[in-house]
Amino acid sequence: MTEEIIIAGFGGQGVLSMGKILAYSGIMQNQEVSWMPSYGPEMRGGTANVTVILSDERISSPILTEYDTAIILNQQSMDKFESSVKPGGTLIYDGNGISSPPERKDINIYRIDAADEASKMGLTKIFNMIVLGGYLKVKPLVDLKNVILGLKKSLPDRYHHMIPDNEKAIMRGLEIVEPVHILN
Amino acid sequence: MGELKLMKGNEAIAEAAIRAGVDAYFGYPITPQSEVIEYLALQKPHETTGMVVLQAESELASINMIYGAAGAGKKVMTSSSGPGISLMMEGLSYIAGAELPCVVVNVVRGGPGLGTIQPAQSDYFQATKGGGHGDYSMIVLAPASVQEMSDFVPLGFDLAFKYRNPVFILSDGLIGQMMEKVELFDFVPRWTEQEIIEKNPWATTGKTPGRERNIITSLYLDPGIQEKHNEKLQAKYRKMKKEEVRFEKIQCDDAEYLIVAYGSSARIAQKSILLAREKGIKVGLFRPITLFPFPFNEIKKMANQVKGILSLELSAGQMVEDIKMAVNEKIKVEHFGRMGGIIHSPAEALEALEQKIIGE
Repeated sequence: MTEEIIIAGFGGQGVLSMGKILAYSGIMQNQEVSWMPSYGPEMRGGTANVTVILSDERISSPILTEYDTAIILNQQSMDKFESSVKPGGTLIYDGNGISSPPERKDINIYRIDAADEASKMGLTKIFNMIVLGGYLKVKPLVDLKNVILGLKKSLPDRYHHMIPDNEKAIMRGLEIVEPVHILN
Repeated sequence: MGELKLMKGNEAIAEAAIRAGVDAYFGYPITPQSEVIEYLALQKPHETTGMVVLQAESELASINMIYGAAGAGKKVMTSSSGPGISLMMEGLSYIAGAELPCVVVNVVRGGPGLGTIQPAQSDYFQATKGGGHGDYSMIVLAPASVQEMSDFVPLGFDLAFKYRNPVFILSDGLIGQMMEKVELFDFVPRWTEQEIIEKNPWATTGKTPGRERNIITSLYLDPGIQEKHNEKLQAKYRKMKKEEVRFEKIQCDDAEYLIVAYGSSARIAQKSILLAREKGIKVGLFRPITLFPFPFNEIKKMANQVKGILSLELSAGQMVEDIKMAVNEKIKVEHFGRMGGIIHSPAEALEALEQKIIGE
């Protein structure tokens, strides 16, 4: 199994840390992982994206031009990455701020209104964990228990009191993700 | 099995320095390698192993701090990126001339000049063909994974002390910024003062009665003595060429075409050969791990087997010259590579192979 994922959105949405938790979850179940961020000027307030690869085999290129799954959290990223999903692949997006929803017919499309849900829960910081929950529902490639272990590994000790909220957010994400277009 | 961690390449270099029993790191921050000194500053190894971590006032200062500490037989290292490495070239030439061991890491960014902070492999010539003045060479290790960023630090020190010569780790912004799983090696204690004296009888550790003074210098005004010194250095480099060539071959056994690539480009090429094989084209990957000494003989052998070679580098084509020298016009050798911080995709590399090598 190899899963090639791009997570893209604004800087500050927790794109990189979501990728890191996913990568750590992969390590927890003995997979090979890679995490390659966009770095440089774009990190400072603009768009941010990270390529995460989980695999049972040695990972080749950490940089890709097409992906099994794209997790898209703003319109700029939709414009950039909708066309990069492999035919038959998966696109998950947050509807908040999306003016042109994805239109491809050759991929599976899911929507998760994580930004709205996070503010309803009064926990805007765990927005990215709601999205992660949605991803885990659609692609259950890593065990939930390994994700929690990964969370513990990637969060510094001083934030460990927030793990229950993060867990709650993941569970909520599992519930609210909705199919928009599913291939037969 | 050692401790498993998810780390950036730059962090792995820094953690490996602590674990390898390094005595001191002198450096100056520059993107894309600043995590090295940041990580060391956070870990505070001076409180655990006693390792000194110092931000110098410039790269000139840090390389000359290395010169001084290496002369005293200490395990010392520095890291930087292109613009900073250029500033260090004078010092590196002196260190090579004075035959001192040290490890220097270049996390390459696009150039020339200040260039860009994005990854490149355009410092190959500088690393492998001198860079500084005079007839000198350094062993150049090219890591292609975060694991190798960690592993090449202790390997680098072993080689540096074996040959009393600087060892260069030529990485780039991609390997430096990427996170992967790393298996960390166990801590090696720093050498005691007594161990330094025993292992490095040449070092300036304080003169004791009954032996000549140890002098660290690269200055030999008498041309006859300078030539003898040069001959000694050249003999050492010949020994490196004989004993230290390292490389990896991936899917080369049945290959009809070959991509030669090191570091981050080797990772990209690994995907290209998979894509090629899906299309029924038998492509192998030859990955030099030491860029000096370069695996000339092994590439020469491959030229008897394959029909053509593509050199894939994030540059205008530098290593390709060494490949051409190895192949000596026996088969077609071409270069492909993006520049200025743009990274070629696996598909782009395969397309280049099809057009430039398989083509007609």
